[in-house]
Amino acid sequence: MFENLTSRFDGIIKKIRSKGLLGPEEIEEVLKEIRTALLDADVNLKVVRAFQEKIRVRALGEEVSGVLNPGQQIVKIVSEELTSILGGESVKITFAPKPPTVVMLAGLQGSGKTTTAAKLAKWFKGQGRNPLLVAADLARPAAVDQLRTLGSQVGVPVFSEMSDPIAVAESGLEEARRLGRDVVICDTAGRLTIDELMMKEIGEISEAISPHYTFLVVDAMIGQEAASIAETFHEAIEYDGIILTKLDGDARGGAALSIREVVGKPVTFASSGEKVEDFEIFHPDRLASRILGMGDIETLIEKAEETFEKEKSQAAMERMLEGTFTLDDFLDQLHQIRKMGPISNVMGMVPGVAQTGQQLDGEAEERRINRLEGIIQSMTSLERAKPEIIDGSRRARIAQGSGTQPAEISQIVKQFREMKKMMKKAPKGPKGRKSKKQKNRQKGGRTSNKGPIVPVKKGLSLPGLGEDVVKEKLKNLDLSDLDFS
Amino acid sequence: MSRFGRARSSFAGNLSKVRSRIEIDETIWEDIEEALLFADVGVNTTDRLIAKVRQLSREEEVSELEDILSILRKEMTSSLESSSRKLNQESSPSVWLFVGVNGVGKTTTIGKIANQKKSLGQKVVLAAGDTFRAAAVEQLKQWAGLSESIVINGSEGADPSSVVFDAVEHAASKGAGLVLVDTAGRVHTKSNLMEELQKIRRVAEKGAGTVTETLLVLDATTGQNGLMQAKQFTEAAEVTGVVLTKLDGTSRGGIIFAIHEELGIPVKLIGVGEGIEDLFPFDPTEFVNALFD
Repeated sequence: MFENLTSRFDGIIKKIRSKGLLGPEEIEEVLKEIRTALLDADVNLKVVRAFQEKIRVRALGEEVSGVLNPGQQIVKIVSEELTSILGGESVKITFAPKPPTVVMLAGLQGSGKTTTAAKLAKWFKGQGRNPLLVAADLARPAAVDQLRTLGSQVGVPVFSEMSDPIAVAESGLEEARRLGRDVVICDTAGRLTIDELMMKEIGEISEAISPHYTFLVVDAMIGQEAASIAETFHEAIEYDGIILTKLDGDARGGAALSIREVVGKPVTFASSGEKVEDFEIFHPDRLASRILGMGDIETLIEKAEETFEKEKSQAAMERMLEGTFTLDDFLDQLHQIRKMGPISNVMGMVPGVAQTGQQLDGEAEERRINRLEGIIQSMTSLERAKPEIIDGSRRARIAQGSGTQPAEISQIVKQFREMKKMMKKAPKGPKGRKSKKQKNRQKGGRTSNKGPIVPVKKGLSLPGLGEDVVKEKLKNLDLSDLDFS
Repeated sequence: MSRFGRARSSFAGNLSKVRSRIEIDETIWEDIEEALLFADVGVNTTDRLIAKVRQLSREEEVSELEDILSILRKEMTSSLESSSRKLNQESSPSVWLFVGVNGVGKTTTIGKIANQKKSLGQKVVLAAGDTFRAAAVEQLKQWAGLSESIVINGSEGADPSSVVFDAVEHAASKGAGLVLVDTAGRVHTKSNLMEELQKIRRVAEKGAGTVTETLLVLDATTGQNGLMQAKQFTEAAEVTGVVLTKLDGTSRGGIIFAIHEELGIPVKLIGVGEGIEDLFPFDPTEFVNALFD
């Protein structure tokens, strides 16, 4: 997500960097490019102006003149201002002392409320809660059926009845109390902000169930009207945050900036795919660094934390340290990475990948990994442990078994050997190897109940792997050097 | 009251600011530019429109605000002119594919067209090619019920192209002249889903059917990403026209100027509400007038 805005800024930043010194004229030029970039990203024109003004004031002020590298300074200013518009802190969900905690969704038609309701239910389940979905969209044909199907997919009961939306919402709340469900998620019909009756209705639903959290569901592809739509909804229901949907496309989602600036409400969740698990808490600070092409390391680490199986990666790390990492381990790691979600999603979080984002095709990478898996799986366990024994006849057999060419096998073996070499070098500190405990103490690591220990803010790192190893591994992950074509 | 409902376009709202100006000077162009940008026309198209209108105003020695705006109105209307706005239904059965991202109103649009064709006495078969979204088939069936059309569907998660094949066969055997194919909403950046569209297209023409229209359904609130959508769907499925939906709100789909200009894809239909009759042929003059007034 947001690759286009990122690459746009990349271009500007390169320009500034190559100039070195900046006068007022150059600053105006930079501001103009920032304006185009933000407008292309559908950031509201008013918000763009305010943004430009902030940058202008700071760039023309003392902050830039006289510094050694004014280009970098401007980038820093842009990054800071972007982060501040995006809201700094994200919304924390707390639970009502007297359950159920009530959540209501509202938005335009087609913004993705029903799908989001199911994703949110799954998210709450993951938090150890027992949600009930309430289908109060009685306007769109089959909306209730849709929620019922999605509800059964995520294993959450769905309540609805043929009455009116307010009554459904109220009965849903009672039903939750009766069943002892501790979270209620109420889906509502899509509505236009100019439809006074419907806007009045959403206000009435809200009054009837007094939600603890109300979210406006917003399509990342929305244009300039996002700001005024967000304002009108806020007048009606005073929502707490935004859920930004369809982030798996190439929409730049400038609405997030506009809404934050105009209504003052942050994006709370980000929804980025058609699968119910493509949903996460939104981190404004991460988004800002992402827009600037710095990658989204923390999200990647968090995802890894959830998915990586502790023992496996620890064992792999031990072997890596001993230099006995095998192709089997490599295959394991590939499987782990795939669990983190579609490769394209994972890749977008890696720094440097966003810049080349246009050329990277997640699905092509996915296919390459498939091929790689096929090759490794066609090897005997001895070959996987000691790839150096693979000679001509073994190569031919593996190639036949995996439907590939012998040359590809050689390439992978070579690649693997180099990777292993890198790994051997990587995790050693200046004073030689350290035990895991020592390392974590030193890095101020924390223990998560969900996964392995992760060093905090230490650049790029995955559980069980040192920084350089991961860099190398992720380099391998996009497999750009493994050209099978 | 126009077909676009009671809502005033945001563009008209912004123009009223321009109109309330007492002095006409150079800064008028900035205000017009602003109104266009707020209407999702986009930086490139706005720059081009402004340059053109400035040039024409100079040539025609026009300095009154209303005259400038009328040049702009003409320019915007003519940039949407197209000779190929008619929907092609010449083969029998003709197959119309409806494609687009999630939530733009594909199923609703099909329901409306089925109803209109029905009232003209035509037999229409609906193919429930959205086998992905939960209850998409039920939604299509409810619309079909209103128009008494036949819906051909597969099981959930079935191969959509097989559903389309069956629908075309069914239409051919029952003498129905038109097959409307609903497809799953897809984000245009996913190449496997775009390949699936190509397959649907191929399979639709395996039997008696001919794909005579591939219509990209576009939500009028869509911003600059609309151009990317049009590009990618055109590459995958040879889009022949745009259906612009949800025009009853304040957003009026300013991105279609860029789509028309850069890709030459005409808007063919407009959706202006949730009622079954709320679908009309696109008319550039009416559309631009509704933007201005």
